[in-house]
Formats: sequence, C-alpha cells, structure tokens
Amino acid sequence: MTVNNRPGVLNRITGLFTKRHYNIESITVGQTETEGISRMTFVVNVEDERTAEQITKQLNKQIDVLKVNDITDQAIVARELALVKVSAPPSVRQEIYTLIEPFRASIVDVSRDSVVIQVTGEPTKVEALIDLLKPYGIKEVARTGTTAFTRSSQKAAASYKTAFII
Amino acid sequence: MKKGGTAERKPFRPFDLALAGRNGVKRFFHCFYKIEEEGWSMEKMKVEEKRGQKTKMNGALMLIEALKAENVEVIFGYPGGAVLPIYDKLYDSGIFHVLTRHEQGAIHAAEGYARISGKPGVVIATSGPGATNIVTGLTDAMMDSLPLIVFTGQVASNVIGSDAFQEADVVGITMPITKHSYQVRDVQELPKIIKEAFHIATTGRPGPVLIDIPKDMTTLEGEFDYEQDIHLPGYQPTTQPNHLQIRKLVEAVSQAKKPVILAGAGVLHANASQELQRYAEQQKIPVAHTLLGLGGFPADHPLFLGMAGMHGTYTANMALYECDLLINIGARFDDRVTGNLKCFAPKAVVAHIDIDPAEIGKNVPTKIPIVSDAKEALKELIHQEGKPGDTAAWLAQLEGWKREFPLGYKNDTHAVKPQKLIEIIYELTNGEAIVTTDVGQHQMWAAQYYKFNQPHRWVTSGGLGTMGFGLPAAIGAQLANRGATVVSIVGDGGFQMTLQELSVIQELNLPIKIVIVNNQALGMVRQWQELFYEKRYSHSLIPNQPDFVKLAEAYNIKAFRAKTEEEARTVLQQAFALKEPVLLDFHVAADENVYPMVAPGKGLHEMVGVKLCEESLQ
Repeated sequence: MTVNNRPGVLNRITGLFTKRHYNIESITVGQTETEGISRMTFVVNVEDERTAEQITKQLNKQIDVLKVNDITDQAIVARELALVKVSAPPSVRQEIYTLIEPFRASIVDVSRDSVVIQVTGEPTKVEALIDLLKPYGIKEVARTGTTAFTRSSQKAAASYKTAFII
Repeated sequence: MKKGGTAERKPFRPFDLALAGRNGVKRFFHCFYKIEEEGWSMEKMKVEEKRGQKTKMNGALMLIEALKAENVEVIFGYPGGAVLPIYDKLYDSGIFHVLTRHEQGAIHAAEGYARISGKPGVVIATSGPGATNIVTGLTDAMMDSLPLIVFTGQVASNVIGSDAFQEADVVGITMPITKHSYQVRDVQELPKIIKEAFHIATTGRPGPVLIDIPKDMTTLEGEFDYEQDIHLPGYQPTTQPNHLQIRKLVEAVSQAKKPVILAGAGVLHANASQELQRYAEQQKIPVAHTLLGLGGFPADHPLFLGMAGMHGTYTANMALYECDLLINIGARFDDRVTGNLKCFAPKAVVAHIDIDPAEIGKNVPTKIPIVSDAKEALKELIHQEGKPGDTAAWLAQLEGWKREFPLGYKNDTHAVKPQKLIEIIYELTNGEAIVTTDVGQHQMWAAQYYKFNQPHRWVTSGGLGTMGFGLPAAIGAQLANRGATVVSIVGDGGFQMTLQELSVIQELNLPIKIVIVNNQALGMVRQWQELFYEKRYSHSLIPNQPDFVKLAEAYNIKAFRAKTEEEARTVLQQAFALKEPVLLDFHVAADENVYPMVAPGKGLHEMVGVKLCEESLQ
C-alpha cells in the first residue's frame, strides 16, 4: 500500500483496523523512491475473501491512501529481519555458528555470555531459526515485520493463509 | 494553577502581534470592497488581483475569505479561547452566524441544514470541550453521510502535546468518525486545506471533514490563494457507472418476475428522485425505501411499498423476502433494514448501485455491483430502455398485501394515539412539511404515518440513532428552507437532551412547530423491555418531568398541551396558523408500541404485530 507521508496517516490506518476488528500481524512502513510517499506492508489474519476485500476497500477510502494491493495470491518476495540475542557461553558458541550458517544469518554483536544474531528472510525461515535457537536460551527477539514486493514474473501463485496487503 | 497560567498566556502572544498588524490588513480590504460598492465592472481585475498578487492576510481572515468563496451562507458555532481570532474576523465579515447554546446543537443544526439544502453545513467550535462536544454530531453525520465542514480551535502549536488548558487531541479523537481531517501546521496551507475539505465533504459519498486549527495559525500571516487547483490522487470517486454492469442489470430486470428496488438516501444525495420514479415506472418495478430514503419516491405512488426494515410495512418486507431481483440504490443494507442476514432476500439476485465501493458486498453478497452516483446510474438505466420483465403477477400480489396488511393501530379518541397525532400533522400540513425527529418510537411513527411525497423533507438521525437530534436539526432545516413549514417531532426524553436550543429558535423567531410526543417514557426502550425483558421497566419510565408548556413560556415561546384527539387537532390548527415558534406537548397513550416489528435476530418475513394492524381495520 502506498500512502501520502502525512502526519497521522499510520494512526488513521491502524485506527481503521481497530474500528473494523481486523487483526494485524505485522506492519512495516518506509519511504519509497518518490519523495513524500511511503509504502506500508501489512500482514493481516482474515477469515475469508470477503473480509480481505473489505479491508482493501476500506483502506482505499482513506484520502491519504494512494494505492492498495492485496498480493496474497501473487508470487511475492517477502522479507523480514530479526535480531535474536541468545545466551552463548564459549562452550556452545561454535555450535551456534554452525547452526546459523545455512540460514545465512550473521553474528552482529558478541558479549561475554551472549551473541546477537541477525537473520533476514521469509517469516517462516526466521521462525525456523528462532525455534532452533530456543534450546540455547533466547534472551530477546526483535522482529521488523514483513515487507514484500510482487515478483516481476508471476509464475506460480503461492498459497499463503495470511493476507499481504501492500 | 501557575502552570495553567503560563499555558494560557503563551498562545495570546502572537494574537497581540496580529492585533498590531490588523489595521494594515483591514485597510486593504476596505479598498477591495469599495471597488465593488462603486459598481465598477471589476470582475476581471479582481480575478487578476487574486491570481497575480496573492493577498497577504492572517489565518483567521483566510478562513473567512475561503468561506465566502465557497458561498457559505450560515455558520453554526460557539466561540471560545482558541477560536477568538476567528470570531474577531467573523465579527464584521457579513457571514450569518448562529450562536447555538451548546456545540452539539450547532453540529446537529448544521446536519439539518446540510440534509435540506444539499450544501455542506459549517461548524466552528473551540478547542478541548468545545471540540469534544461535537463528537456525537460528527459520528451522526458520518453514519448518515452528511457533508459538514467542522473547524475546531486548538491550542497554539508550541504548546500542543503539553496538556495545555483546553487542549484535546481532536484529530485523534475524531479520526474514525470523519471522512477526513486536517490539522493546520503551516498557515500557508490553510486555503488549500479548506478547499480540499469542501471538495472531500461534498463529493463521492458525502461526510464530515474536520479542520483543527492551532491558535497561532489564525494569527500568523500568509498569502491567500484560493484559486489554486486541488490535487488529491488518493481520492477519485467513481461517479459514472460501468457499462458492462449496467447491461447485466438491464438483462436481469428483463428476466425478473419479482423485482424490487430498495432505495436509500443515496438517491436523495444525488438528487435522483425524478430519475428513480421514471425508471421504476419504465420498468414497472416496485420501490421500498429505507428510513433515510423516505421522500425519494412519492409515498402515494402505486409502485411504492412503504418503508422496509424493523418497523417497515408488511408489503415492503415481504417484497424483499420474496423477490427474485433486488436492486439496491444508494442504501447500505443496514442491519435495521435487513434483519437477520441469513434469511435476507434468499431467492434474489442482488444488484447494488452505490458511490462507495466499500458498501457493495459488505453485508450482502452482490452479483451485480455498480459503483456510481445514483443519478448517473439511473439515467443510464433509463436510457438503455430494457425490456421490462413480466411483473404483472408480482405487482398484483404486492397490491393484495398492501390492501390486506396496511399499517394500522387501534384508535382511541379519549387519548391521543401517537399514530393519529402524526396523521393529523400530515393532514394539516398537506404532507408538505419538513419533519425532523430524534430516534425512537416517535421517529418510527413519523416515518410510518407522515407520507413523504417530496424529497428533502425528512431529517432524522438514522445510522447513529441520536436522541436530541431533532430540535437543533430543525433550526438548520428551517434556515435552509425559510419558507417551509418545519415540524420537529421529538420524544419527551430526547427533547430534554438539547432543549437549550429553544433559545435560538426564539431569538431567530424561526416558526418551527415543536411536537413533543410525550409518553413519559423512553418509549422504544420501554417497548423492548415489555417485549424482551418481561416488562421489567428498568429506568425507562420518566413520570417526573418538567411542565413543558411553562418551560417554553420561560423561553418566551407559545405553548399548548393536549390530552385528547380533539384537543390535539385544535392546538395543532392554532399552532400552524401562527408564524412563530410553538411548542406542543401531547400526552399520548403511554403504552403504545410500534408495530409491525421484526424482532432482533429474526428475518424480515418473521414480523410480529401485523395481525394487530389487521384487527384495527375491522
């Protein structure tokens, strides 16, 4: 979804979700290539097509909303970034390094008994890594929420249960 | 208190500065008007002046000039600290301002004005409590799609967020109950914001737009340019129907055996009454109205079925239940119209014409969606001149129902039956009055028994169901149509919520006839308690009430009381003969219920109280 970068726009949109009882799983907001215009990506849990359609229509009614796309049924590139602080005494540190390698995650901070891991990818991948790290003792997790693009070539439609609205 | 003191003083500083500079600004405008007074043909020069040399003035004056440019003829408002600079410029602006006695009165009056005139109602309220007092009216206007421009004062920019005196986050509070809202952060933007606000409020699906103006924005100076074009890429309402969908509907109508039109207030907003009638006649399709749509189609027309919904007519509701094609024009399938959605129009193909795409398919799955202005769609449908379906049998069946199950009640001449009261009012005003109401029993009786044959005569709080709406709305309605007879039908409960506006009615000598349908109860609450809560009348009976006649007299308004049908007729005749406001207190039969009724959770075909109507005929 692209919106005018004006004061209160985010409030207006989250307020709309509250008013209509839609459940937001994540939001990401950032500037676009055009000055004064921001892009928001929502992941929303919906029960049926009709609700998804209503959300899109209600968002479109907002004056500051320029464009809304429901990309749930399209081929998309979706990415999320997460920072995970795991307790890591030197004895297991090497093990963690090996563990995160296939995820192409990296260590971005190290202290005496913990490390901070940065992972980027589809939300499912992020979740898989977090699950794997749990036994080591997760101290903190910070996730950005998902941002997404539609793929230039629309070959196979993905079958997500959640609605991505950008 | 010391802290409060500083907060109060600060915003005044720029105001003082502006006072010093005021003479210069004012002098310029003297010249401006003098040119006009001398009768010179200065139109061209004025335009050049406006376009070329952008005039410098303060925000308050910009506001006034913008309202003049929009041809605003009346403002409803209430002054206060944060809007003092605006009121100062209003003082000699020549724009008519109605000082209501409460901000809620101001916004309801603006709603009444907008409903009758079709033009946006303009409201000014001060910051904090002034602004929070208009919240009910904003919600009401949002639900009923009424165009309003609401200016609220705000504390000065430099103290916003500091919990300053009379500060409230009005934009935050009103976000979900406005079509759009602005807070002015740069005085230079004010003209553009006002112009956008008028555009947004009056186009597409109308609605209230709020402009929150920090006090310093009204005293700072900027260039006033109202000629600039507005550019709203995120707001492009569709007003022309899609040809393909129109063709689909034409085909569907030709094949339908049992079509029905459900017409809402969208028909009135689009001024499409004539088109609706022509289309219904051309295709021989019967018409039912929603509560807010009343008047869009003449009530005495043979194709009219009455109001649909919870207290609608048997015929209208059964038509919606039995139809095979339902054409919704400018209605939003409100729950009070549809009853239980599971058994709403079960056999019908649904077509929906609405200017707001979000309404289509929101409550009822729709086969033929037409996003369009009602008038444009109807014009196109008439133009297509499709073959009418074979509806003779259907119309005969509906006619039979109309004869067999009309609206009815048991009359009792020793008391005033509220239904009879409305019928007498209808009779004495030749059905031509503007009627305003609150919400509740009296509203339903007015909708049932005042047969509107003309559009723009009916002012009621539909979606929000606001008590206290009718009296102030009558002020706005009368100002929008000064020649009309305005009858404000209110309950004894709702009347007491906004009765302070009697003072305005008296002050402006508006010849409004205030009809209190007095059953010493919150009638609709009482009715529901009788029917669904074993007659446990929890806080719905109000036997202790003021003497309304004396109360009116205290406001220097003539007043009468009536307790029988004969008295009622006499005092109404007297009242309508007077060209001044009159309050009438009718002690009606207190245990009367509104029938027929679709109980909550039931389908439209499961009406109760239909039989009672039948009995009354014998």
